[in-house]
Amino acid sequence: MVSLKKNIAISDSGFVFNPSNGDSFSLNQIGLDMLLQLKEAQSEEQVKAAIMAKYDIDRDSLDNDYYDFLKMLGQFKLLELS
Amino acid sequence: MKRTITIAVTGLNAIDSPGPGVPVIRALRESKEFDVHIIGLSYETLEPGIYMHDLVDKTYQIPFPKSGQEVLFQRLAHIHAVEKIDLVFPNFDAELFNFIKLAPRLEKELGVKTFLPTVEQFEARHKVNLNEYGKKHGIDVPHSKMIFSTAEIPSLASEFTYPVVVKGQFYDASIAYNAEQVATYFHKISAKWGLPVIIQQFIYGTEVNLIALGDGKGGTVGMVPMRKTYITDKGKAWAGVALDDDDLLNAGRELIAATKWRGGLELEYIKSSDDKYYLLEINPRFPAWVYLAVGCGQNLPEQWVKLAMGDEPTYFDTYSVGKMFIRYSWDMIVDLKEFETISTLGEL
Repeated sequence: MVSLKKNIAISDSGFVFNPSNGDSFSLNQIGLDMLLQLKEAQSEEQVKAAIMAKYDIDRDSLDNDYYDFLKMLGQFKLLELS
Repeated sequence: MKRTITIAVTGLNAIDSPGPGVPVIRALRESKEFDVHIIGLSYETLEPGIYMHDLVDKTYQIPFPKSGQEVLFQRLAHIHAVEKIDLVFPNFDAELFNFIKLAPRLEKELGVKTFLPTVEQFEARHKVNLNEYGKKHGIDVPHSKMIFSTAEIPSLASEFTYPVVVKGQFYDASIAYNAEQVATYFHKISAKWGLPVIIQQFIYGTEVNLIALGDGKGGTVGMVPMRKTYITDKGKAWAGVALDDDDLLNAGRELIAATKWRGGLELEYIKSSDDKYYLLEINPRFPAWVYLAVGCGQNLPEQWVKLAMGDEPTYFDTYSVGKMFIRYSWDMIVDLKEFETISTLGEL
């Protein structure tokens, strides 16, 4: 499973700060939930299960959104390089 | 109990392209060890620091660097006779050579101390020598070349890939996308800053800067990396944020250790898209954003004073990541009498 960079700061309000390059981002609630799950969960399935438990979303749409979100995190250099 | 010392500081031009003097003074005023009496040294009558009486106790005009070392020494001797200066804290690239050369004489004849790079350190890091400097110390620097005439511009295409950066030897830089633009910037920059003009390969990436203080023995007293988050049309930082970047800190420490850098400095790097650092410039003094380091827990100007006084500095190994600075402008109302006094008597 992909992992977030360890030094990324995430606030309760959805503000994200990358101290390696000074970039900051604002997330909406579902983005924040996804990021927190990515930080805490042990597997991709755990992340998706947590999101499906909280939000009314079908599995196919979640899969699409999940990979889009990861792609975006990668582009913004928020993921550890494997 | 705090020690009282009198420090003469230059760089009072807190303008849109600011000198470091005012933030240096602000840092010194916050010293826990020194009670400072600040003598401002100005070149122009409209340098804002002259009129900031809560920061600067008294200001004297000093001659421009091109007037030479003897004229500067005589002026400093006069100011010292009145003010009994303990230290002089220069902050401009263009004046540093004179102060470095005068430093032994200032200490011997007047007892005025300072803490500056050696002439060799100052010259070796000069923009025109940066290629050699990189090779000598194993540092990646963008390929660069000095040119002295527009006749050399057509042949640049064989050595560089456009765009390139056209730089003045002391200041100014513009990005040129073709030979015609190089010629335009060559004329503009050489008219202002003289020859040579430096052509440097443009590197795509993020600019990150490092402020540091070297103890002259290879040790790093303190160091804070920063990324500009708001840049003026002159390329100056109007806002910035302190970073957590071990690679950058290590690169800075290695450079200071290799050169045994003495005094304040600013290292300007470009971090390329493949996370490689290229050293763009070494500025041989603290930058105008020096107060961010103070805000992050490293009062580097205070440690500079301790080094200049011959005391053991406090070596910092931490700082607050994510602290930001945001510059602002402020209109001071100044009585014409004050402007008249500094203009006619050369002191205020």
